[in-house]
Amino acid sequence: MDLSLSTRTEGDRIVVEVGGEIDVYTAPRLREQLVDLVADGKYHLIVDMEKVDFLDSTGLGVLVGGLKRVRAHDGSLRLVCTQERILKIFRITGLTKVFPIHASVEEAVNASE
Amino acid sequence: MATVELRFSALPAHVRTARLVAAAVARRSGVDEAVLDEVRLAVGEACSRAVHLHRQHCPHTPVMVTLVDEDKTFQVSVTDEAPRGGDESGGGTLADLAKSADLEDPVVPGMGLAVISGLVEDLAVEHGADRGVVVRMRWPTST
Repeated sequence: MDLSLSTRTEGDRIVVEVGGEIDVYTAPRLREQLVDLVADGKYHLIVDMEKVDFLDSTGLGVLVGGLKRVRAHDGSLRLVCTQERILKIFRITGLTKVFPIHASVEEAVNASE
Repeated sequence: MATVELRFSALPAHVRTARLVAAAVARRSGVDEAVLDEVRLAVGEACSRAVHLHRQHCPHTPVMVTLVDEDKTFQVSVTDEAPRGGDESGGGTLADLAKSADLEDPVVPGMGLAVISGLVEDLAVEHGADRGVVVRMRWPTST
């Protein structure tokens, strides 16, 4: 399954809904999306990963790159994910300590910075 | 013994193909369904790593994947032909590796192997005869 990307505004946050597979082939598209948002002055991002079927270290690298970009502008990047197979990759890599991970978009939107 | 060999050009698009083939052969070999996600991810990481190295050092050389079902074991070997001393960075945690990553390059050096080592219990990373590395991963089968 290919990568799907869509964005919407929720309050003062931008929600990036990602679906499909984030791997070495598709990750550059996600990176472009995050880069474009930051270039457009959107510094508080929520990446909704509930429809992601597959995530590898390339995808993790893109998310970390996005986090670094928004933090350079005192922004934030929060993740929404409840899928165990995806959460496992964040745990293995220790990135659960780097990203705030929420159970729903609503929870992420309401999280205070 | 049953063997499937896959040789593909060092293109990111083919990594998905390698993942799908590996998962299909693993299922047919009797690898537990609960472990198939792990097989898919580990093979994908090994192939992504090899593709990344080949694109840097030998873009016209294909990446080799061998899948063997033998003695109640499913073994996957991913072989690259890149020169020694490629991109494997040592030391530091994965989070450190990720944090120090180059913003312009989504492939974080060393992270693929680190993910594999976190996923696969039976793992061997060996130098090839002249160059490159063979990443061997094994899982038990029920047949």
